[in-house]
Amino acid sequence: MNKKQKKLLIRILAAAVLYIPLFLLAEGVIEADIHPALLFALFLVPYLICGYDVLWKAIQGIKNRKPFDEHFLMTIATIGAIVLGQYPESVAVMLLYQVGELFQSYAVGKSRRNISELMDIRPDYANIEGDGGQLERVEPDEVETGSIIVVQPGEKVPIDGIVVEGNSSVNTAALTGESMLRDVGPDSEVLSGMINTSGVLKIRTTAEFEESTASKILDLVENAASRKANAENFISKFARVYTPVVVYSALALGILVPVVCMFTGLGNYASVADIWRDWLLRACTFLVISCPCAVVISIPLSFFAGLGGAGSQGILIKGSNYLELLAKVKTIAFDKTGTITKGNFAVAGVHHSPVEEEKILEYAALAECHSSHPISLSLQKAYGKNVDQTRVTEVKEISGYGVEAVIDGSVHVAVGNDRLMRRTGVEPVACHHIGTVIHVAVDGQYAGHILITDELKEHSREAMAELKKAGVEKEVMLTGDIEKVASSVAEEVGLTDYRAGLLPADKVTVVEELLKENEGTGKKVAFVGDGINDAPVLARADIGIAMGALGSDAAIEAADVVLMNDDPLKISQGIRISQKCLHIVHQNIVFTMTVKIACLILGALGIANMWVAILADVGVMILAVLNAIRCLFVKKI
Amino acid sequence: MKKTYKIDVDCANCANLMEEAAKKTDGVKDASVSFMTLKMKVEFDEGADPAEVMPRVRTNCKKVESDCEVFL
Repeated sequence: MNKKQKKLLIRILAAAVLYIPLFLLAEGVIEADIHPALLFALFLVPYLICGYDVLWKAIQGIKNRKPFDEHFLMTIATIGAIVLGQYPESVAVMLLYQVGELFQSYAVGKSRRNISELMDIRPDYANIEGDGGQLERVEPDEVETGSIIVVQPGEKVPIDGIVVEGNSSVNTAALTGESMLRDVGPDSEVLSGMINTSGVLKIRTTAEFEESTASKILDLVENAASRKANAENFISKFARVYTPVVVYSALALGILVPVVCMFTGLGNYASVADIWRDWLLRACTFLVISCPCAVVISIPLSFFAGLGGAGSQGILIKGSNYLELLAKVKTIAFDKTGTITKGNFAVAGVHHSPVEEEKILEYAALAECHSSHPISLSLQKAYGKNVDQTRVTEVKEISGYGVEAVIDGSVHVAVGNDRLMRRTGVEPVACHHIGTVIHVAVDGQYAGHILITDELKEHSREAMAELKKAGVEKEVMLTGDIEKVASSVAEEVGLTDYRAGLLPADKVTVVEELLKENEGTGKKVAFVGDGINDAPVLARADIGIAMGALGSDAAIEAADVVLMNDDPLKISQGIRISQKCLHIVHQNIVFTMTVKIACLILGALGIANMWVAILADVGVMILAVLNAIRCLFVKKI
Repeated sequence: MKKTYKIDVDCANCANLMEEAAKKTDGVKDASVSFMTLKMKVEFDEGADPAEVMPRVRTNCKKVESDCEVFL
């Protein structure tokens, strides 16, 4: 609690302590002979203790000519009740109103802190090496691009840069939402927000603090709250209408109705004074419920908590409006490479080999050991063991064919395409699978071929199924790849719909078709890509989702939702988070409005008195705020 | 030029009032206040000096909501 809140709490407690005996006295539980004027004076003490600032603000509201200022309305309602002799009610209203204010301010502050803890990537300082070699702590925004900063174990990397000295592992949890260690050494790129876990790193900064990843992410999350969702706009419109309507109704109840009663004799009142007393009290009850606070606070809070919760999972949503759209996504178009597949090549199989597969892989990896081509790298990766270059001699790279080499001084190996095979004098066996085929000949004999394909991401298949569970009706894969590759990838991940052989511009056309199909149905179309070359498609879809965007500025710019790591399961998680959040928003809207309107009706009928009104008003606010905070809990989704 | 300032304010509606007040201040092109993040983003008119404009923004905000603060 901050100072202000503590002060308010003390005032509430003091007023409550004074109030309780007075209440019992007024209700006749305690018998004492007290002069009415004294009783009034006694009640005034707790009233002023807990309500003086409301009165003060009301006076300023009048000065500023704000007739619908909540403090002003509260003041009228309570003073009205006092004038009508309802001291206990009046003080209780003020007391509970303040309890509500305190709770609201506490809860909002608390969730604000929770959310910033979830997104705890803002570095507080940077270390710069001074002249004498000692470390100096400086503000990160004072560090110029190209400076050398020192990051010690346990510290956050404050600014993006390149390691110039030191080896360590960095944890990317704060950026991607998943605790993952990444080894870094000289020349590795490190991003601000990563946590250095083991060794001391010296880093040459490549950006200013403001332009660094952590600052950008925080900026994105913080600005997200200012892009308001439809539900928020609806609520602010509602709030603008609600208060005046309630205030005018109160005026009607307090003036018009009694006048009518006076002249028609309706309602069997004993005296004219009774008529006025009754209806003025009902009017005051109305004013007590006139503040739309509960709704006004709980809706943006829900969205903010949802955005923060999603951010903590490495899902950055650029605005409450996108959160709302994401919940309604029913059609998703995926880019293949980099989204469903890893975008890097890997060995898919070894075929037609007379010896063990490992042997073929070993020969191929050894022969290709001097090459850094992605295909050679995939061979070395598939081999899995350390490639001992000393075993390889007489390496002959034949451009456009492949490699010939001698392994262990005696084995002649040729690794390459079918032309190389024919050149070597063996007949290659054609592969009926899809992908790049590497043939291997050992000592002039055909030894089979290695099929290299782009690897599916680990969770691709699961992700497609999860999306269906999250309510997605149509999943389409878009790719520039050939039909054969596309169909096999689609089948592997369980997709029935795919479009192959597309140029980047064709992808926009397909997305436009999908948009047209869903026009007017309220169902939204999302496009998921890796942010490379597909910015126009990301922009065209209702909602553009870029994945694996850690450190990619282009993707962060172009997309509406940014997944910091490249796990496709995050898409369904994001949809579920937004659905949960929107569900809570709707609950809160319906719940708070129902209670308010019910209170108004019952208050007008004279069934609900001031007690009921204020209890319902504060109660509904507390429940709505608590419900809104549920949006933060997204881990298990 | 755009600059972001920390603010302090107690209620969501008051934050909206501050936003309106800030927008109406001379030298301010646009302003947006986020109650949840307690930040005010101010875009200044061309050639306006933030150091000169912001105190007036602060005064105007105080006029509509006495209980607010803009940290300059």
